[in-house]
Amino acid sequence: MTRLYLPADSFAAAKGADQIAAALQQACDARGLPIEIIRTGSRGMAWLEPLIEIDTAQGRIGYGPVSINDVNALLDAGLLAGGAHQLCVGAIDDLPWMRRQTRLIFARCGFIDPLDIESFRNAGGFSGLEQARAIGPQAVIDVITKSGLRGRGGAGFPAGVKWKGAADAKAETKYVVCNADEGDSGTFADRMLMEGDPFCLIEGMMIAAFAVGAATGYIYSRSEYPCANAVFARALDLAREAGLLGAEAFGAGKPFDIELRIGAGAYVCGEETALLESIEGKRGMVRAKPPLPVHEGLFGRPTIINNVLTLASAPWILVNGAKAYADIGCGRSLGTMPIQLSGVLKHTGLFEAPFGLTLGELINDIGGGSRTGRPIKAVQCGGPLGAYFPPALFDTPYDYEAFAARDGLIGHGGIVAFDDSADMAEQARFAMEFCAIESCGKCTPCRIGSVRGQEVIDRICAGENTEMNLAVLTDLCQTMKLGSLCALGGFTPYPVLSALRHFPQDFVASRKLESAL
Amino acid sequence: MPHDKTPPPAWDSPLAAGVVDRLKSEAGALLPILHALQETFGYIHADAIGLVAETLNLSRAEVHGVVSFYHDFRDKPPPPLVVKLCCAEACQACGGREAARTLLDHLGADWNQPAHGGAVVVEPVYCLGLCALAPAALIGDTLAAGFDGAELRATVDGAQ
Ligand SMILES: Cc1cc2nc3c(=O)[nH]c(=O)nc-3n(C[C@H](O)[C@H](O)[C@H](O)COP(=O)(O)O)c2cc1C
Ligand code: SF4
Ligand code: FES
Repeated sequence: MTRLYLPADSFAAAKGADQIAAALQQACDARGLPIEIIRTGSRGMAWLEPLIEIDTAQGRIGYGPVSINDVNALLDAGLLAGGAHQLCVGAIDDLPWMRRQTRLIFARCGFIDPLDIESFRNAGGFSGLEQARAIGPQAVIDVITKSGLRGRGGAGFPAGVKWKGAADAKAETKYVVCNADEGDSGTFADRMLMEGDPFCLIEGMMIAAFAVGAATGYIYSRSEYPCANAVFARALDLAREAGLLGAEAFGAGKPFDIELRIGAGAYVCGEETALLESIEGKRGMVRAKPPLPVHEGLFGRPTIINNVLTLASAPWILVNGAKAYADIGCGRSLGTMPIQLSGVLKHTGLFEAPFGLTLGELINDIGGGSRTGRPIKAVQCGGPLGAYFPPALFDTPYDYEAFAARDGLIGHGGIVAFDDSADMAEQARFAMEFCAIESCGKCTPCRIGSVRGQEVIDRICAGENTEMNLAVLTDLCQTMKLGSLCALGGFTPYPVLSALRHFPQDFVASRKLESAL
Repeated sequence: MPHDKTPPPAWDSPLAAGVVDRLKSEAGALLPILHALQETFGYIHADAIGLVAETLNLSRAEVHGVVSFYHDFRDKPPPPLVVKLCCAEACQACGGREAARTLLDHLGADWNQPAHGGAVVVEPVYCLGLCALAPAALIGDTLAAGFDGAELRATVDGAQ
């Protein structure tokens, strides 16, 4: 029996992996070759999906991107023995993309069957939770604090401080909420982990719940992620069947369970207080702070809310210690970040690395530069609320503070590369449009300002009173920055103003005219 | 791939009441209930507002406010084929706008406007988490990525 691995992840699925799995099984049956296909998560090398892997004495050998028409030729070439073929990429672990990473969160993703608890355990799963239970809640919070782990959802708030706040709050009922509403364009790490190693996230949520004393956890995912939601729901069922979740999750009389909730297509519900409102069954309106969720969160109870990647970092930290984690990274940005590369790059996908690489290294070395034959013009970092960086700023180190110093955002780790066919005025306009579509409506500068912003950009591009309208746009951005309750209204000015600052020529009417001719 | 799903049942109060009953005791039951109703019938029928409001002890205005806040909830039955096309930045960088234009021109319809006699509709979505293979779409229940306009058009035609 030869064992083959083929992702069931959304990347691979979008490229026909399910049909390939069926064709492969059929072809091998016809040839009398006994095989077992294990459907895994993705390794994160999206450009190679669907990527078939095969166990050999040299480790796992990969073939990709495979199309359904390649199946017979691959078998003819001796796929099952790791035979030579033009789609063969060699040993997965030797690929530069893999070798250059420090995979702490994503160590198992793409490697194991995501829904096999035994494989998870054999690959080190649940040892972080065991360690947590051995040292007790107080010590867990201490380790997380000393590790320097910061929130990976966008704001970079120290996780230990949040956990301590909830642990210290006096209340019968507390909640742990996992923010899996991954709405930022250019990001897919939460999705990949939920599809590729869901028990890692369950373990992280359990550690957090154990530390703060919560008996109930919620994970809030998005309707745009049907595959991730199905895998995660199944993982929760399996964990319950195995007694890992439920009445005795943390020992006799110490219950913990997790409920999966699904959003309904509202970007703003990724904002933590809007997310809590949404779980409570209300419109996703942002709440004013204080009170902080750690004091008065879900259903008015002390609640920690963390991103998927924040929680999924906890198991490694518990096993390896705070110092080992804090030794990775740079400045006050410690540990690893699953960086998500997309856009016109040759190599796109997930690359988990210590903070500190420069943007240029990420774009040109890791991402391999442009694949379109046209030069990179700009990259947007940190999702729709993040600034556009021109190549002149590619020396910026990937680090929360270094990015902030250049009016940029690490956010949830997305980097989207545009080549010189991009019209940055159109991108600026879209930032305003997106804000208008997704605004929760609570603040006037966000709700109305974003609509005005689109009109003003249109006028600038049409050459109407350019000077005056540029001043209006700058003013409007200032008002949005100062007068918005959350980062949707408050940060939309960053992509707009960075586009204007670095690419003023794109806002000039005459150039538009020229390119239209 | 041709669409072989059976169409959802027409609105049916007892059936809806059963759906609501099954979920009503959950904490914050409103969203799960709305999802389940839409899953069952394909949309949220006007009569569902009163039913849900009464069961959860909310005002109709509150329920209506929630239904209208979230982009996902529909107040009319959707066409048999819904194409959700990503309009966010990574897809924009990779020709998403051009692919969308090709598809919409081919269908002779605008966004959210049923085409081909109500057989298909194209709706915007903001990120499907397939950014690294952009542009991306969800065509019925099938994910697609890395297409150009002509390929997208062919896939959508094949799915109808
Ligand atoms: C408009 C908006 C959208 C957000 N979307 C997300 C999201 O999708 N996922 C996420 O983890 N955090 C998101 N955040 C950040 C959360 O408000 C919050 O900071 C985060 O969940 C805290 O977890 P962390 O400390 O682990 O990052 C968003 C914030 C804003 C203002
Ligand atoms: S900034 Fe916009 S999204 Fe945020 S609270 Fe105000 S209106 Fe709502
Ligand atoms: S931006 Fe289109 S799939 Fe993420």
